[in-house]
Amino acid sequence: MRQFELAPAPHTHVARDVTRVMRQVLLALLPSVLLASLLLGIGALLNLLLAIGFAVLVEAYCLRLRGRPVWSTLQDGSAVVSGALLAMALPPLLPWWITLCGVIVAIALGKHLYGGLGMNPFNPAMLGYVVLIVSFPVFMTRWPDAVAPAPGPWPVLHYTLTGTLPASTQLDAITGATPLDHLRNQLRLAWTWSEIRAGVYYGPLGGAKWQWLNLAWLAGGLWLMSRRIVRWQIPVALLAGLTLPSLVCTLVAPDRFPGPMLHLFSGATMLGAFFIATDPVSASTTPRGRLIYGFGIGVLLWLIRSFGSYPDAVAFSVLLMNLAVPLIDRHTLPRRYGAPRA
Amino acid sequence: MSATPPTASLLREGLWHQNPALVQLLGLCPLLAVSTSAINGVGLGLATLFVLLGSSLAVSASRQWVAREIRLPVFVLIIATLVTMVELLLRAYTPGLFRALGIFVPLIVTNCLILGRAEAFASRVGWRPAALDALAMGLGFMLVLVVLGALRELVGAGTLLGDAERLFGPGGRGLGVHLLPGDAGFLLALLPPGAFIGLGLLIALRNHYRLRRAGAAPAEALPGAAPA
Repeated sequence: MRQFELAPAPHTHVARDVTRVMRQVLLALLPSVLLASLLLGIGALLNLLLAIGFAVLVEAYCLRLRGRPVWSTLQDGSAVVSGALLAMALPPLLPWWITLCGVIVAIALGKHLYGGLGMNPFNPAMLGYVVLIVSFPVFMTRWPDAVAPAPGPWPVLHYTLTGTLPASTQLDAITGATPLDHLRNQLRLAWTWSEIRAGVYYGPLGGAKWQWLNLAWLAGGLWLMSRRIVRWQIPVALLAGLTLPSLVCTLVAPDRFPGPMLHLFSGATMLGAFFIATDPVSASTTPRGRLIYGFGIGVLLWLIRSFGSYPDAVAFSVLLMNLAVPLIDRHTLPRRYGAPRA
Repeated sequence: MSATPPTASLLREGLWHQNPALVQLLGLCPLLAVSTSAINGVGLGLATLFVLLGSSLAVSASRQWVAREIRLPVFVLIIATLVTMVELLLRAYTPGLFRALGIFVPLIVTNCLILGRAEAFASRVGWRPAALDALAMGLGFMLVLVVLGALRELVGAGTLLGDAERLFGPGGRGLGVHLLPGDAGFLLALLPPGAFIGLGLLIALRNHYRLRRAGAAPAEALPGAAPA
């Protein structure tokens, strides 16, 4: 007689594991990578390939050092995604060894020192980015010009591999201020927002070039949300946390503070909202906690952009709220069904 | 402590088995704050060594006459006197180094390594082992300071002994080695997080070496590690 195996409930099963989730995140990121290499030069794609390659190597080395199975763990794809997210944050004009430094910090210090995937309190990619921007401020603030056409592939390749440009190209000719840099500088010079807004650095939505990137990230994020890979709470709360203070301030002092549209469609807002803040390991895990966590990142993002000394602040905001996650989780545990109200 | 330990074992304890910085984790505040260059490390290491040696000798020599109840104030008085001397000496002969070390020279008074050795060792033994122990512990502390300082200077600024004139005067200017061009250093190494990461890596390296010598695979010997 044939024996049927009786397993306890639940009997329905969703074919979802870390590998599939990571693959879909990468897929959602792909359009924005292509768009970035079109708008900002081939460096975006180059950074992505370098960062992913380095991430896999560093991950494999760390796993070997820790005596863990290398091949089967590599296949979960988490290192690839960390590398890809770090690459999206890097300026697309960067010598390869800076990318390598960032990847080592992200994977070795940010993840494996804490015990590997699932144990890290901080978002590894953002940790790598923050270490880079603190350590190499000159390289990390050198972005391709926001108005001029993207630099050609040969100077970018040359710069990435050697750290110098070919003799025919000047660094000043292909780099320039990002829209958020430009905004900070002009506001300091006492220009009003309406005057700045009329300049070439801003398009119909937000900062030139970056508005289209943000649209691509938004589209990828919405797709992830429809696949239920990203829950709605963190992105929605983050965007609300960014919109609310900027709306209030722009109504009170329209010359001093740009409106919410600029904040939503400039810098790395959408990347942060849908891809970075939603990292399942370092984000809050309770439904109410996710709302608080996302809202906190949004408010911090606006505060640092408006009053801090860095033009963009996704990484700093995410890391600061990562610190608060244990506290948030502790105080937002859902009530068990039938348990008395606290 | 009745029997006096032999010389070689005292030296081994201070430099390796009971290294104040890597094993006892004493005096970390100045260690982390000052070790931005190898020369800073040598400077603070020498100053600490001098104070430690002097205080251990004085504490050991005066142990018959100091009542147990007031021993701590007496220790602090001795240490503070020596630190004042070091501070004046540094200020007079190496003003550049003194400015670089800043508040951490007077703060040698509060270095728990010095008071710890006075209380736990020097006040219980004769002056010979007390001096030897102070020498070993001071050298062990200085070793870590110099290694960490050299590492941070190398990674952060791309130089080695780049500020040698602080200690040796104008003649030391040629000693420095510049290994990285211009502004290519990994700035984080010079900032406070770099100090913590660097010290952590040094401790990890020491543990790794010790475990390998002991013949155990790291994954088995470390508590809490899951089997592979």
